[in-house]
Amino acid sequence: MKILAIDTSNYTMGIGILIGDQVAGEYITNLKKNHSVRVMPAIEALMHECEIKPSELTKIVVAKGPGSYTGVRIGVTIAKTLAWSLGIPITGVSSLEVVAASSGRHFEGKVSPLFDARRGQIYTGLYEYKEGSLHTVIKDQLILSKDWAKQLESQDDSILFTGVDLHLHQDVIKKELQDKAVFASPTEYNPRPAELAFLGKDKPAEELHSFVPNYIRLAEAEAKWKELNQS
Amino acid sequence: MGEFVMKKDQWIMGIETSCDETAVAIIKNGREIASNVVASQIESHKRFGGVVPEIASRHHVEQMTIVLEEAVNQAGITLGDLDAIAVTSGPGLVGALLVGVNAAKAISFAHAIPLLGVHHIAGHIYANRLVTEMKFPLLSLVVSGGHTELVLMKEHGHFEVIGETRDDAAGEAYDKVARTLNLPYPGGPHIDRLAHEGVPSINLPRAWLEEGSYDFSFSGLKSAVINTVHNAEQRGETIKPEDLAASFQASVIDVLVTKTLKAVKEFKVEQVLLAGGVAANKGLRAALSEAFKELQGVDLVIPPLSLCTDNAAMIAAAGSILFEKGQRSNLALNGNPGLELSIHN
Ligand SMILES: [Zn+2]
Repeated sequence: MKILAIDTSNYTMGIGILIGDQVAGEYITNLKKNHSVRVMPAIEALMHECEIKPSELTKIVVAKGPGSYTGVRIGVTIAKTLAWSLGIPITGVSSLEVVAASSGRHFEGKVSPLFDARRGQIYTGLYEYKEGSLHTVIKDQLILSKDWAKQLESQDDSILFTGVDLHLHQDVIKKELQDKAVFASPTEYNPRPAELAFLGKDKPAEELHSFVPNYIRLAEAEAKWKELNQS
Repeated sequence: MGEFVMKKDQWIMGIETSCDETAVAIIKNGREIASNVVASQIESHKRFGGVVPEIASRHHVEQMTIVLEEAVNQAGITLGDLDAIAVTSGPGLVGALLVGVNAAKAISFAHAIPLLGVHHIAGHIYANRLVTEMKFPLLSLVVSGGHTELVLMKEHGHFEVIGETRDDAAGEAYDKVARTLNLPYPGGPHIDRLAHEGVPSINLPRAWLEEGSYDFSFSGLKSAVINTVHNAEQRGETIKPEDLAASFQASVIDVLVTKTLKAVKEFKVEQVLLAGGVAANKGLRAALSEAFKELQGVDLVIPPLSLCTDNAAMIAAAGSILFEKGQRSNLALNGNPGLELSIHN
């Protein structure tokens, strides 16, 4: 079993390779640079280092969003096309779930991964490790970080907040949740591509042709059109 | 062993996603279409009165592998038979371009197939090679939603832009005039249809620009149309939309045909190729055909409608030349919305 995992959904770009249960290689950067230019050369380089030919791959796992629309599309397009052209299964995993898995494995409580979505908003969800596997408590959504923190006040457990954009929302969260909020450290922020690979490893395969990113939001023009036409 | 070596057939896949068509094609030996699949999004964009870039990009992701599979199946080959993959790398909508470019890179990597980044306009010009062999030097009149250009070619893969629009492309002017006349999007075909029912009785300007220039300008014409409608409304008069469409179309065609004929004489070309979506315009096709009747020794080539609008066979055809010239792109190929057509594309 040889799995290639791809995450280009946010500034963090991650490529991971799993051989059996071994993490054979990972490539992670957290840079404001062009994923479209860098991701295929990174995949090529990592596969070359791991001495894996494309034809040996048995599954592709991809972070399906939320995140930057363009970023998510680049990853999903590459993953779908690789899977189609190699005739192997593809599995999509929430980009937030990968961040939760990357910092929350040993945390006693719940995990709230987040990506900044501008104007005080975040993409987030609530996750929890139970008996070694990650479960969704509240599904991924787009929400003001202030409202999200308020909503979590009713949780009994402490909550670990994590993600590369944490610094933008940490004060707001702290103000609402006080000691209930715990903050991850920068070495835990990046979504680990090996975690992505493991999360997707045993999940069922998607229907290839109909598999699309989870943008969470409608395109702006579409949302406006619906508002005008469905009232 | 005989002394004759059988030349293997050359198979090139083309991928095109620069605007609102998701297209994949496979061509054989640079000139034969084995498959040419186009998934148009036009129905989805109609409700917005134009192409919405984010929505176009989303549709491309939905359609990409479906169109790829259909193109391969129709051609009856396997990916392993391909000699190269050609993809539009620009110009166009950046988000839309990125879907095609990254899909092409994924296949190129997965099957170790050479990758070729193709200029969209080079593709439109090479659509003609799927109709007839090119004869150099040639002149191509490229008219589409985003482009109005006269391109001189002295040999394969050599593009010299001798004239281009300084403001609106012809196709843009068509769309804006259509909006003024309250015609549905896309307006070009509606204007063309109306023009045939009307008389070019309204005097509209023709922008010839300075002496010797092959450049175009259509924004003045567009404004003149809008003013004509506006002034008539204020005076309580009605203008027959058919006549306005006919007058507008006559002005556009007059400039396009006159400049093309002038360039044909100056550069002594052997062939004139019509290219781009507006080449589907019946009025333009008829006017060019008529004008060229009198020109001795110059062939006019007008591709069938299906090859004038965006498609991937034309991208594969242009890619075939790059492949033969030994030009290759690498896995860092990017989508470039403002890609220039250069002499060595
Ligand atoms: Zn075009």
